[in-house]
Amino acid sequence: MKVTFWGTRGSIPVSLDFKNVRRKVAGALLKASGRTFENADAVEAFIDSELTFPEYGSFGGNTSCVEIDAASPEFLLCDLGSGVRPFGMSVLARHGMAPQTYHVLMSHLHWDHVMGFPFLVPAYVPGNVIHIYGCHDDLEKTFRRQQRGPNFPVEFNHLAAKIHFHQMVPGEARVICGCRVTPILQIHGNDSYGYRVEKEGKVVVYSTDSEHKLGNPSEIERFSDFFRDADLVIFDSQYSLAETVMMKEDWGHSSNVVGVELCQLAKAKRLALFHHDPLHDDFRIQALLEETRRLEEITRPDAPLEVIAAYDGLTVEL
Amino acid sequence: MQVLVSQSGPAIVLGVSGRIDHANSEEFKTAFLSPLEKAVEASTPVIINLEGLEYISSAGLRVLMIASKTAKAKGGKLFLAGWSPVVKEIFTISRFNLVFDCSDTLAEALGKVAK
Repeated sequence: MKVTFWGTRGSIPVSLDFKNVRRKVAGALLKASGRTFENADAVEAFIDSELTFPEYGSFGGNTSCVEIDAASPEFLLCDLGSGVRPFGMSVLARHGMAPQTYHVLMSHLHWDHVMGFPFLVPAYVPGNVIHIYGCHDDLEKTFRRQQRGPNFPVEFNHLAAKIHFHQMVPGEARVICGCRVTPILQIHGNDSYGYRVEKEGKVVVYSTDSEHKLGNPSEIERFSDFFRDADLVIFDSQYSLAETVMMKEDWGHSSNVVGVELCQLAKAKRLALFHHDPLHDDFRIQALLEETRRLEEITRPDAPLEVIAAYDGLTVEL
Repeated sequence: MQVLVSQSGPAIVLGVSGRIDHANSEEFKTAFLSPLEKAVEASTPVIINLEGLEYISSAGLRVLMIASKTAKAKGGKLFLAGWSPVVKEIFTISRFNLVFDCSDTLAEALGKVAK
């Protein structure tokens, strides 16, 4: 099973501005000062060995969209944030106009999780089929409402793909794309749902836009059970723990601290920090990742938990 | 997990020791908030002495947050003191070090109370 992150940002897409690009270039040039590079390979080797990820790369700025490749001929996605646009372009680049089938698990219907759909080019291609799954009653209404005048020039009805909406029920598993998929109700404005996706002993949990009320032991148990033995837990860590219990309480998000704790309780193998705060630049997210790894190290009960920070374009093999 | 209440000069000192995690955070809350509320009602400064604390989880930090809000609501002052290196790191990573007036030692916190 492989997981590719197409959009990892929360709330709103962000872009790398010229000041941040300049900062990266300046930093890299400073580190390279005094060196000579014989060829492009030498430059690449220097980048790989001497520059940190925020210095040469970026966590990206598209909002939530994650692809789960479970060796099926059909595509399985979580959410339709702006990250679904590059996903769609990559499918066309790989497969051209050949008809494809897509399955999408929707965590919830807030704008940052649906905004990419009108820009999913395969939705405009005849012969394609798109199945959208979710636990919200107004799944279809939401997609139709966001894709009509005056807010969008191409009405939902004009999409050429066949689009089907499917209601799921929390706790009730169904088979999608050859995977057993189980939703869980999460705490978030207008509700959100996480998904446990299982196939042939591999487990991915997609749990974003989920606030965890720390005073409720049964909630901790419910989620540690849901994350149990997962190979990868994709977890909303938009805010610090202090923020989630103070000024951003009831905003519907969580923190790196709770992510580590729940994964440790669940004996999950890998935690992916996700739904990055749009206020955080690449250096900030990298610093958060390093702090989270340190937290895991000093609080580790037994087996280590691998911690990564998801970035747009990252593929993780389970 | 243990909470010991003592008096030191003008302050009530709540000594917290052991481990606080999701399994015993409610027990911690009960043992901790009652003496804290009494002290705050009496306008007595409160020092939370963490010298004996080995580990605190997010659920435990939440109890401290409730304490902070309780004290603030009644115009009370809360000080934290004496964290171990591990607990200090947990406070820093969770950003709780920005929420509380933290001192490395109890003596330092007592000095702040005296001012």
